[in-house]
Amino acid sequence: MEKLINLTLKIWRQKNAKSSGKMVEYHVKDVSTEMSFLEMLDVLNEDLSLKGDDPVEFDSDCREGICGTCGVVINGIAHGEQKATTVCQLHMRHFKDGETITIEPWRARAFPVIKDLVVDRKAFDRIMASGGYISIKTGSAAEANSILIPKEDSDLAMDMAACIGCGACVASCPNASASLFVGAKISQLSLLPQGKIEAKQRAENMVAQMDAEMFGACTNIQECEAVCPKEISISGIARMRREYFKAAVK
Amino acid sequence: MQISQIFRSSIGKKLLLAITGLSWAGFAVGHFIGNTTLLLKDPTPFNKYAHFLSGLGGALILVELILAASLLVHLFFAIKVTLENRKARPVKYAVSKSAGRESKKGFATSTMIYTGILLIIFLVLHITHFKFGAVYMTTVDGNQIRDLYKTVYEFYADPINTAYYVIMMILLGTHLSHGVWSAFQSLGLNGNRFTPFIYKVGFLVAVIVSVGFIAIPIYIHFTGGAV
Ligand code: HEM
Ligand code: FES
Repeated sequence: MEKLINLTLKIWRQKNAKSSGKMVEYHVKDVSTEMSFLEMLDVLNEDLSLKGDDPVEFDSDCREGICGTCGVVINGIAHGEQKATTVCQLHMRHFKDGETITIEPWRARAFPVIKDLVVDRKAFDRIMASGGYISIKTGSAAEANSILIPKEDSDLAMDMAACIGCGACVASCPNASASLFVGAKISQLSLLPQGKIEAKQRAENMVAQMDAEMFGACTNIQECEAVCPKEISISGIARMRREYFKAAVK
Repeated sequence: MQISQIFRSSIGKKLLLAITGLSWAGFAVGHFIGNTTLLLKDPTPFNKYAHFLSGLGGALILVELILAASLLVHLFFAIKVTLENRKARPVKYAVSKSAGRESKKGFATSTMIYTGILLIIFLVLHITHFKFGAVYMTTVDGNQIRDLYKTVYEFYADPINTAYYVIMMILLGTHLSHGVWSAFQSLGLNGNRFTPFIYKVGFLVAVIVSVGFIAIPIYIHFTGGAV
């Protein structure tokens, strides 16, 4: 049942990467509980534009939870309280009339704020460029049974490949560690025969790049897994470590 | 890969924390088992045990050196990792909560550096209290050996000493409640059955060691403090 609710929003406003930002309070009226969180922000932005104010900048693309572009911290939790949900798939029915909602950007040294709620996540791209691929020619689709892959391994690789690279793991980690992201990417490839060939170089280079980007070290708090919209398990972090140790003793 | 590169990496630093932390956790368990002899009314078994250990000579010194080196490595990388992790988030959140579910974010995980530093101060004091504490002698089987039992009983007659040990052992339990399972995860040991198992074992070790180490001074304080 659709309801209309009124909300107080406390949003991080920051003009550009160089300026220092601050939390600013807004009031939005008659928000439909059927809206998504981002649609609610769209409504706020229409209001702001009509008043001649600068709209709140935030990232989004697919708005169906598959691309990894959106992401803000809502009341202290990356992507908000709902399990396995990106912020574009979070609906206003989970909020109460009169509630105050705090909205902040991902916070990490490696993810500098560009404007308002938008952060620069190119650090992830540089990590991927350092080894998150296979460089052998795979040709056209091979006969499915020519390389046998245990079902468990292909399932696990698929679980890891579900990572959409949104960065909620970094945002939620008390250490701003990128280990869940890098762990998922390393695992997805190292579990499959095609990825095993370059496994050692990949683990070495991706971990080195992750550290060079100044993400923190994982202290096994598991907050990342709890907020991950794709529910990626920290078993991927352990696998990354094993791959790294294998590379270290080669 | 250069060996030095490994220990400069975030993963390598946590590997060293895990190995050194686990060796200390193992020591704590052994130390506790040995010390249960303090609960006996007869001082002889404990004194004999202490005498046996100090009689090991070179082997004992080797173990002591390894433990001391482990602790220094643990301390060094704990401080380094903690400072680097803080730098990784220069601007804090206005509101920060835990999503709950699998997350272990909480008191133990966010106080590792503080419980740790209080523990190293405790360890230094602990050694001065007993190893370098008051020396009494006693005769066992016709030999003059140190009466460490008396030193311990005398020490815990004091309520302040007892209270300090109780508090420190709560902190040890807190540190280990996250530390033990975390160390296995840092070593890359994770599995569908193994991880829930080792998490429970780690928690149990933390509870046994801290409750055990709390029970000994309390028991001595209330039953034999006047020895
Ligand atoms: C010198 C004083 C100490 C300091 C400053 C210290 C600090 C720390 C810190 C910051 C961590 C990393 C937290 C994490 O990764 O979750 C840690 C982990 C650990 N500590 Fe300590 N600690 C100290 C003493 C001890 C002692 C005496 C023990 C055992 C009796 C111990 C056992 C552990 C274990 C098992 C870990 C887990 C390692 C891992 O997660 O890989 N620590 N300590
Ligand atoms: S906008 Fe694509 S996942 Fe949210």
